Parts: sequence; C-alpha cells; structure tokens
Amino acid sequence: MRRSIIVTALLIAATAALAAGSEHVVGQKNKSFSARTLKVKVGDTVSFRNDDPFFHNIFSLSEVQSFDLGSFPQGQSRKTTFGKAGTIEVECAIHPEMKMIIQVEK
Amino acid sequence: MKTNLQLAAIAAAAMLALTPAAARAGDPYLRPAKAPEPAHNKSTPARVALGKALFFDPRLSGSDWISCASCHNPALGWSDGLSTGIGDGMKRLTRHTPTIVNIGFATPLMWDGRAPNLEEQALGPIQADQEMNQDIPGLIKKLSQFDGYVTLFQKAYPGEGITDKTIGKALAAYQRTVLSTESPFDRWRKGDEKAVSASAKRGFDLFTGKAKCATCHEGFNFTDNGFHNIGLKATGNEADLGRFGQRKVASMRGAFKTPTLRDIALTAPYMHNGMYRTLEEVVEHYDRGGDVLDNLSPEMKPLELTAQEKADLVAFMKTLTGKPMQVVLPQLPN
Repeated sequence: MRRSIIVTALLIAATAALAAGSEHVVGQKNKSFSARTLKVKVGDTVSFRNDDPFFHNIFSLSEVQSFDLGSFPQGQSRKTTFGKAGTIEVECAIHPEMKMIIQVEK
Repeated sequence: MKTNLQLAAIAAAAMLALTPAAARAGDPYLRPAKAPEPAHNKSTPARVALGKALFFDPRLSGSDWISCASCHNPALGWSDGLSTGIGDGMKRLTRHTPTIVNIGFATPLMWDGRAPNLEEQALGPIQADQEMNQDIPGLIKKLSQFDGYVTLFQKAYPGEGITDKTIGKALAAYQRTVLSTESPFDRWRKGDEKAVSASAKRGFDLFTGKAKCATCHEGFNFTDNGFHNIGLKATGNEADLGRFGQRKVASMRGAFKTPTLRDIALTAPYMHNGMYRTLEEVVEHYDRGGDVLDNLSPEMKPLELTAQEKADLVAFMKTLTGKPMQVVLPQLPN
C-alpha cells in the first residue's frame, strides 16, 4: 500500500514537471538581450535576468501573448510562461533598442 | 631598482600625455566623425544641398510661412528658445522643441519615440495640423513648380522624382550633418587638462558617480536613447502621457526620451515641457528626486547634493558646449 502511494506521488510529480516545461534564462547586459532569438516549447518558462547596473523592463505587445513584467534592478529576474505557439517580440520599454524574438513551438 | 621603477612610471606618464588622442581612440565620450547613414540614403553633397534647401524653406508649410528652421533655429542651438513650440496659426504646441544637434545618432526620434528614423520623422511635422499643416500631395505640387527644385531632386535622387520618400530622405541627409563641435569637455578627454575647470572635473565625477546622471545621459551624446518618467510637474491642462501613447506599458506613462546634453548651454529652456530656464533649476529638480511621484522612474532618488556639488555639475554640463556649427543660409529656388 505504502509503495503504491509513493509510486503514485512520484508519477504526479513527474507529470507536473513535464507540464511545467523547461525554464530558459535570458540575460540583459549592456542594454542587449543575451539572445536575439530563442526557441521554446509551449509550457516553457523564460526568466529574464538584469545584469546591468540600472533598471530594465520586460514587455510584449505581441498578438500571440502580451505581458508586462514591469521594471526591475540589477540582480533580479522576472519570468513568464508561454502558453500558445507563435512568434513573440519581447522588448525593454526603457531601452527601445533592446528587442528579441521568442519562437514558441508546439 | 626604485629609481628604475620611478623612471619607468615617469616615461609611461609622459607617453600618455604625449599621445592622448591615440591613447583615447576608443573613448566612448568622443563623438564619431559622422552619423550613421542607412544603405538606401547614403550622404552625397547633392542630397545634403537639397535637404538644406528644404529645411530652410517656409513653403514646406501650408501657410508658406513656417520652415523646419523656424523651430529648429541654428541661431538658438537648433531649437527655438521657447518653453514649448509655436505651430500653424501661431498656436502653442504642448512640447518643447528638441535640438537636432547630433540627431543622426538618435533612435527612435521625438519626445515619445514615435518616429523610427530620420527619413520618416522628417515628414511628421510637415503634415501635422498643429505644426506645419502641409499635406504631402500639395507639397509635391508646390515644389514641382520650381525648376530649381526639379533640378535639385534630379541631382540628389536621379530618376526618383519629387516624392514623399525623396523629401524625407533629403531632409534626413541634411540633418545628419548637424553635429556638435569640439567642446572644452572633448579637449579635456583628449588630454588637455587646462580645457576645463577643477569644478567641471569634479562635476564629471559627480555626473558619473553620486548624482547618477550617466545612468541615462551616457556616452558621447549623453543619452541612452531611452524613456524615463522623471517626475516633472504638468504645465498644461492635461497630463502628457509621453511614451505611453506609443507603447501601452505601465512604466511608460509620463516617460519621455532622454535628450542629448551636447550644446546644452545653447538649448534652454529644458525638459520636454520646457519648464526650467536654467541648468541650476534642472539640477535642483534631480536633487529633489523629482516632484510628481506617480509612476516615477525607479532610478529617481533624492541626491542630497551640497551647494558646491550642484555648482560643479552645472560647471561640467556647460563644458559640453562647443562653438556652434556655422551655417550659410541657402538660396532657395524661386
């Protein structure tokens, strides 16, 4: 009985982990994203980390998925999970030359 | 041994003093020789000449009375000396006329960044009802009446004709030639220790240190080309939403483009609404950490500067002004 509970718990945990998807990290350094393009799967999370000594911001106004993660200082991160397939342009509102494309695949 | 080390140190110092330009070739505070140009609009003398004629020609406006230079006046630091500009029908505009010095290095353009490049920006104020109030088909018809313009366009853009594209490209080509000249600050960066005062040197240290000005006013053009809400009081009846009008992102409400500080002594008044007449007032604003705290940039904090430090910052900023570029007015086609 005890063994089947453990197995069930492990299965649930594994399923949850699969459902949660992978996590990718994108840095913001010298007013540039560490990647100009990034391919992820539906359900993956991207964490944006500020490596500059001033505030950065993360947002997207893309039709597929729009979000505004706000502004945050050096050393902090903001993350978002991508729920739909498509092309998403991510920008820093403070520094408009900072742009990257995230390609979300099924 | 000690003598050898001392000699080596003296020799190294002497070399640095003797070859300042070479030693500082990669100095991010020194302006590149020319502004970058897009592949489809490389500068030529004919293009600059056409752009200059258009820039100073009041017939680019619906009233035939307002030229680009009416507001971007080279005799007033390529601005107009007013708190906010005056447009068609002598009506007051809501924002200060920004200088176009070094505009070829800026992107995006306008206080709210609505123009992605100079070619497109140039057509905006011409067509804006509140500014020059001139529709493009009407302008093309007007310019086409003058043989002089037909010739200038043909020389500048052979076979392309007089179109919105060639008007925008010519104006952009001319504006890319409006550059800051060598200032006392530049001479100091190149090694002339006597080019600026001790107060200005302390001001530069404050600018890049305690006062954190360089967080946004960075590099040779003293701008990050970014957008910040610096907590200015509203001067009009309605709050100006600034960049938020272009990007519906919360942090952009009340945010405006960081202006260049080059030739700053020539371009008063200051700020997007022209509310400060002097650099001293500007420094006081930043020392207070801004006035309107709603949606204030998180970079804005009270600075607690001493009176001497404030004076040093102003002394430094004034060293960013060179001898204004001399302009010979063009003879316009007639």
